[in-house]
Amino acid sequence: MTTPLLSVENIGRSFGGFVALADISASFAPRQVTAIIGPNGAGKSTFFNVLSGVLPPSTGAIRFKGKDLTGLRQHKFVHLGIARSYQITNIFPELSVHENVRVAAQAFVARYDVFSNRTRYGALDEKANAALAAVGLHAKGHRTAKALAHGEQRALEIAIALVADPELLLLDEPTAGMGPEETKDMVALIERLAAERTILLVEHKMKMILGLSDRILVLHHGRLIADGTPQSIQTDKEVRRVYLGQNDGYA
Amino acid sequence: MPPSPASAAAPPLAAQTGVKATGFGAMLQRWRVPLSVLALCLLPWVLPSQALAVNVLVFGLFAVGYNLLFGYTGLLSFGHAAFFGGGAYLTGIAIAHFGLGWFPAMLVGVLGAGVLAAIMGALSIRTRGIYFSMVTLALSQLVYYVALQASAWTGGENGLRGFTVSTINLFGFTVDFLDPVKKYYVLMVFAALALWFVSRLLNSPFGAVIEAIRENETRARACGYDVERTKLIVFILSGLICGLAGALSALHLAIVPLDTLHYQTSGLVVMMTLLGGAGSFFGPFVGALVFLLIEDVASLWTSHWQLIVGLIFIAFVLFLPKGIWGTLISRRTQG
Ligand SMILES: Nc1ncnc2c1ncn2[C@@H]1O[C@H](COP(=O)(O)OP(=O)(O)OP(=O)(O)O)[C@@H](O)[C@H]1O
Ligand SMILES: [Mg+2]
Repeated sequence: MTTPLLSVENIGRSFGGFVALADISASFAPRQVTAIIGPNGAGKSTFFNVLSGVLPPSTGAIRFKGKDLTGLRQHKFVHLGIARSYQITNIFPELSVHENVRVAAQAFVARYDVFSNRTRYGALDEKANAALAAVGLHAKGHRTAKALAHGEQRALEIAIALVADPELLLLDEPTAGMGPEETKDMVALIERLAAERTILLVEHKMKMILGLSDRILVLHHGRLIADGTPQSIQTDKEVRRVYLGQNDGYA
Repeated sequence: MPPSPASAAAPPLAAQTGVKATGFGAMLQRWRVPLSVLALCLLPWVLPSQALAVNVLVFGLFAVGYNLLFGYTGLLSFGHAAFFGGGAYLTGIAIAHFGLGWFPAMLVGVLGAGVLAAIMGALSIRTRGIYFSMVTLALSQLVYYVALQASAWTGGENGLRGFTVSTINLFGFTVDFLDPVKKYYVLMVFAALALWFVSRLLNSPFGAVIEAIRENETRARACGYDVERTKLIVFILSGLICGLAGALSALHLAIVPLDTLHYQTSGLVVMMTLLGGAGSFFGPFVGALVFLLIEDVASLWTSHWQLIVGLIFIAFVLFLPKGIWGTLISRRTQG
């Protein structure tokens, strides 16, 4: 195995007395798609929050390209190469689609420039257009973000993450609330992105995961109960027990 | 909806940003600084009194500074009297106790307000929502009590007096500062400079950042912006502008009443900003103008004028939440 892009060592996170994540250790090789599955409340989003700096871990350490990220403030993560989308669509609703992506790109060139004109950074417009084209929204740049359809908003959020040119992309249920058509588009998009980037993906749709991922991690009650190829996960006894009686489309 | 400053500047790509700019809206955007300066120039001749014109100038600028934080960044401070009053007191004290000239005294007032804003901002910026409002309120009350107690410096309850500036020297010309018209135009130059700065800031990349923070703080942070630091910078810039408004007020009145620091003054600027339209460039001045006009007219009829102002304010919040200017703008651009 090549040197891992990301590794977590004994990560844990508690809220008060409640343990949402306990003792997770794993390494992630570059350019792989890893799915993270588990029943509701298993700690999947909490895991992503820890990996993206939203929440500091209560225990353990995160290494990204050999650098210890533990305790780093959230806004630094994207500058190091970790970008994410959220389970609940998280965009700038009143801004135009183009401006949503442009302002995300601007974070890498001008954060405190009070004096020059925005138009001075014309390259940002091209970057924004490229990211929008990558998710198929290039024709909708002028629309107000909140006026987009649900699936388009999810795609816009990915464009916002993508314009940072991240090495690691965290996608928290990118197809949440989508119908079959929109889901198909999203799967195609993720497949395209996977050619160049490392992707961690939280999903409930098993069929989609089995087709997309190189590897699957299974969380249950904050613990990592299985970690392996899609084939090995499908036959794992413990996983079957956890999902028994659940209607997640697994059975 | 706040206008997107970017839409004014370069036609093809910038036209994709923010709100669609119609001809009229874009024209207003592009010429907003000259237009506001023109309006300010005319003010003394169209309002019932000179005194009212200066008040609109001073409180309009106060509201412009406040709007930067509240309207554009989305932080509801209840403590901005500290910067307005702080600027006024420090200007007065610099003249009365240290014999400084009017201009260096103004600088002391403005920079002093900036320092005060840096301290108050550092203590309040990490709190959210109502807690932020309460912390700013409490800190400004602290400033109020310091001014009340330090009467040797501030004149305590009687306010600060004894720093009348009767003539000023402008590039070798002596200007009679007791002449209300001349005084108005001298003060206006500073307000105009501040407006130019605010307009420039809104057009800048930094302007895009604060817009993004107001829109969605979590997303702005995930995009790689240090939200706390950005807010602190806006807080300080807002304090500097409000301090300038206070300094102008001190030079104009030649007295600083203790009420300048009272929380009612903080409430006043919130009302003016909301009345005119938070998050719009002209809104704060329109709000100050309308508020002071109502006060001027209503106080002639009845001693209960505050009741009338209050009722009008409530009507606005309920029926025109975008304020006067904000409503006009959105009618034009969406219609
Ligand atoms: N900020 C928080 N404060 C308190 N408890 C939290 C917080 N965030 C998550 N939790 C709790 O931690 C547990 C795991 O939540 P998490 O959102 O990580 O689950 P999940 O696996 O993403 O579930 P879902 O499939 O429903 O999205 C839940 O019981 C949740 O209530
Ligand atoms: Mg979740």
